[in-house]
Amino acid sequence: MSETTIIGLSTRTAVVMTFFTAAFTAVMAFTYQATQHEIEASANEEKMKLIGEVLPGDTYDNTLLDDFVQLGPTRELGLDRGGKVYRARKAGAPAALLLEATAPDGYSGNIELIIAIKSDGSVSGVRVVAHRETPGLGDYIDPKKDKDKKSPWISQFTGLAPATLPLDQWKVKKDGGQIVSHTGATISARAVTNAVARAARYATTNHDRLFAAASGAPL
Amino acid sequence: MDFRAYREIAWNGWWKQNPGVVQILGMCPTLAITTNIVNAVSLGLATVLVMAMSNLAVALLRNFIPYEIRIPVFILIIAALTTVVDLAMNAYLHSLYLVLGIFIPLIVTNCIVLARIEAFAAKNEPIASTLDGAMMGLGATLVLTILGAVREFVGNGTLFSGIEMVIPGAHEINVFGADYPGFLTFILPPGAFFALGCLIAGRNWLEARKLARLHANPPAAGAPETA
Repeated sequence: MSETTIIGLSTRTAVVMTFFTAAFTAVMAFTYQATQHEIEASANEEKMKLIGEVLPGDTYDNTLLDDFVQLGPTRELGLDRGGKVYRARKAGAPAALLLEATAPDGYSGNIELIIAIKSDGSVSGVRVVAHRETPGLGDYIDPKKDKDKKSPWISQFTGLAPATLPLDQWKVKKDGGQIVSHTGATISARAVTNAVARAARYATTNHDRLFAAASGAPL
Repeated sequence: MDFRAYREIAWNGWWKQNPGVVQILGMCPTLAITTNIVNAVSLGLATVLVMAMSNLAVALLRNFIPYEIRIPVFILIIAALTTVVDLAMNAYLHSLYLVLGIFIPLIVTNCIVLARIEAFAAKNEPIASTLDGAMMGLGATLVLTILGAVREFVGNGTLFSGIEMVIPGAHEINVFGADYPGFLTFILPPGAFFALGCLIAGRNWLEARKLARLHANPPAAGAPETA
């Protein structure tokens, strides 16, 4: 072989590199194909499990995941990039709204929530989907991390209704409201509480408009 | 390669060249994910899988990989195999996948993986290489497990919290009862550094003691030379 030139060397190694890239991309593509169905199924299952925690299965009879409204950026829900509102119906009549919401003022960044508001304005349930609150301190907002397994902190929202407790009382006790929070870790609780109050107000004000929109359509 | 050589590889991974406490490689997952045993063992085993597979792949292909571009090719192989493990975990162990999150893709940049490929798999035959990858991975898992256990026990007063994500129906052990106030420092990153430091010191102490004993009682004449 003659003296190695830069062009010769780079061409040769590029061919080898391309060969390896093609071979291992094939391996990845094959795995993707093989697991895609399972991944979709488990993601949906995960979502339904979470929904089941905030909205009992017997309160609606439609296919919840297919009946939604796509929201644009909505300040009332803290959604900078928009989100979805799922609509639960029983025998065709509005039963509850399932809102994705963000509390932007957590102790360390956004707290992602899913909030179910029944058509009478009362809260059916709230769950934290994602958060970065301090482990062992502020993370009791997530019932999986809450030490009190029998009545986790977040369960005090369940059943809360504007009819029995005015919306401006939906605050932590420190702010003059009725929601109990753990001493020394008020910020996380305050963020979630305020987000729930905002979502409840939004759901009540926009109830008819949200249920009237076509499914899958942007609002 | 005979049985003795394989035993030597295993001993290297577990003790002599342990990635966690001797080579001090792959610290990001070691310190970040070890807040409980279940996370630690799960990420450890995912790493074992990637290391064994990538060592095997490189050992099989080592004669076809040009020396000049070996590192891009190694990274390509590691990244592809990590993607495979990532997809498989997402599909079949979904709740665990959600907990480990970003740390599975980050196995690509765990330097212990590339270190073993470069130091071992690029020069050795496939069976020994696979074993080396698996044993080094297990050595790292061992350190992760101890760290996870100590931090969970001291910090939270529990053991095996989150086990129901791997074995449905199993329950965590609440060692001190529900009233344990917790020791937050051990759950936060400083606790990880502290526990790892103790672990390294402990291993060094054991080694030093062994060496001192060897000096005090030199092996009898006729015994095989160990130095």
